[in-house]
Amino acid sequence: MKAYLIKKLLLLIPLLLGVTSLTFALTKALPGDPVFSMVGERAQPEVIEKIRKELGSDRNIFSQYIGYIKLLVKGEFGRSYYTNRRVFDDLLLKFPNTLKLALGAMIIAIPFGLFLGFVSAYKRGTITDRVISSLSVTGLSIPVFWSGLLIMLFFSLRLKLLPPSGTGDIRFLILPSITLSLPALATLTRVAKTTLMEIFDMPFVTTARAKGIAELKINLLHVFKNGLIPLVTVIGLDFGSYLNGAVLTETIFGWDGIGRFTMEGIIKRDYPVIMGCIIVGTIIFVLINLLVDILYHYLDPRVRLYEKSR
Amino acid sequence: MRKAGRVSVGILFLISLLSFSAPLISPYDPDKIDLESIKEPPNSKHLFGTDNKGRDILSRVLHGGRISISVAIMAAFLSIGIGLIVGLCSGYLGGKIDIAITALIDLILSFPAFLLAIGISIIFPPGIYTVMIAIAAVGWASFARLIRGYILTVKEAPFVEAARALGCSQIRILFIHLMPQCIPLLLVMMGLKLGGYILTEASLSFLGLGAQPPTATWGSMVSANRSYISSAPWMILFPGLMIVITALCFNTLGDALRDRYGLKIKG
Repeated sequence: MKAYLIKKLLLLIPLLLGVTSLTFALTKALPGDPVFSMVGERAQPEVIEKIRKELGSDRNIFSQYIGYIKLLVKGEFGRSYYTNRRVFDDLLLKFPNTLKLALGAMIIAIPFGLFLGFVSAYKRGTITDRVISSLSVTGLSIPVFWSGLLIMLFFSLRLKLLPPSGTGDIRFLILPSITLSLPALATLTRVAKTTLMEIFDMPFVTTARAKGIAELKINLLHVFKNGLIPLVTVIGLDFGSYLNGAVLTETIFGWDGIGRFTMEGIIKRDYPVIMGCIIVGTIIFVLINLLVDILYHYLDPRVRLYEKSR
Repeated sequence: MRKAGRVSVGILFLISLLSFSAPLISPYDPDKIDLESIKEPPNSKHLFGTDNKGRDILSRVLHGGRISISVAIMAAFLSIGIGLIVGLCSGYLGGKIDIAITALIDLILSFPAFLLAIGISIIFPPGIYTVMIAIAAVGWASFARLIRGYILTVKEAPFVEAARALGCSQIRILFIHLMPQCIPLLLVMMGLKLGGYILTEASLSFLGLGAQPPTATWGSMVSANRSYISSAPWMILFPGLMIVITALCFNTLGDALRDRYGLKIKG
């Protein structure tokens, strides 16, 4: 386990280097002076000078990249053109809101997704399976900005059950969470179905049936438990993409998180804000993937035993 | 499932036919402002209603479809083109080229796709080509990975060996012998991906990175009219519905193709 952890963490280094080289290339490719595209033309001369020195526009590309990494490590992602605030500070401020939204979406998507996927696999080929499968394909085909607007129209503007937009307590969180959960719910249902279907076909399930074990016990202990391990991966990956897929949902519902921050940056062409959001979003995504990998490794007793036996 | 696939093809054909003949069949000029008929609900003169500037929604949906569908399809062909060539070279040539290309593919795939697409599109001025490039710049990686994996399994096959024994050049083996083998795989993958591309195109347009006003695309129509959701819901209902139907048909078709060819590809 330890060796695996170390190996995974070591692999993170080239990955992060790659990710930052790509964002560095994007920053360089932005129209205008790269220093200006980090702080804006209206920043104080000292700040511009400082960034210019760190970035070293006169030096070769490699030392510029090193300078860029140094800035990132210090949390200097540049300053917003408009507010002149450090992008990193704003990101820290908004991150908890996005996290709340992502968790809200998970809480909805996981139980429903697993349940629907299970039913679909168990009742394979029946009308129930077909209805669930069609619904899940549809779920994958609806853009969140549209479903969000319809959900808002129905639940808050017509039925006046919940506030249409804003940031605040749980009442504000429900509708955006539902919106964000829909594509994830659809994905999870599909993956759960295929995963569980494969397990239903495995010999050990037939053995369990032959031994006369109750159907419910087979489903829960034998099938579901084995299916959970691959499903954890999907859930984890989904969580990573929620944190990023929130751009559209947060915009629709005026939820003050990283997603809406990104959208505001795009509208104003506030490059430091957009790049900051992309870098942070990507690093979170990469870290979550790593965590899922490790968790997967830890959860599967076969892998653990194999490691021990070596 | 096969029946669903066929129905999807029919609907897609119909939507494309209507969209691409938009200049001929659309009842009004899509960009013509008519202040006499602002925010009219669907009626006999305007089947889908009008927007806040009195423009006919049906005409805009038809013209918008032309852009949305062609951007998604062009992006798919661009992704396939890049992915196919890169994947072929990587899989067949191996060695250092393969290592470098695989690292690049892994790098692209370790980004959250939508964020990377945003990052690439902000480099260029907003427009349909920007969206196309952004989708393809992210999308090629999964095609390349698929092709590379496939080439690895067939490159030692007898027919390749025979070609080599006959003295075919590397280029000839790559493009005449191996490339055609990849076509069914690419078609299935394209079917699986197109629904997502429709959504990405719509989302990027929604964020204002696509075609600029007054040009209509489905995503930008929803975006521009979203403040009227309460007073004139038809303004966002119809363009959104078109996105859903088109994406749904592509997804269903992709699933059907995958089942038909018995391939195990993740969408």
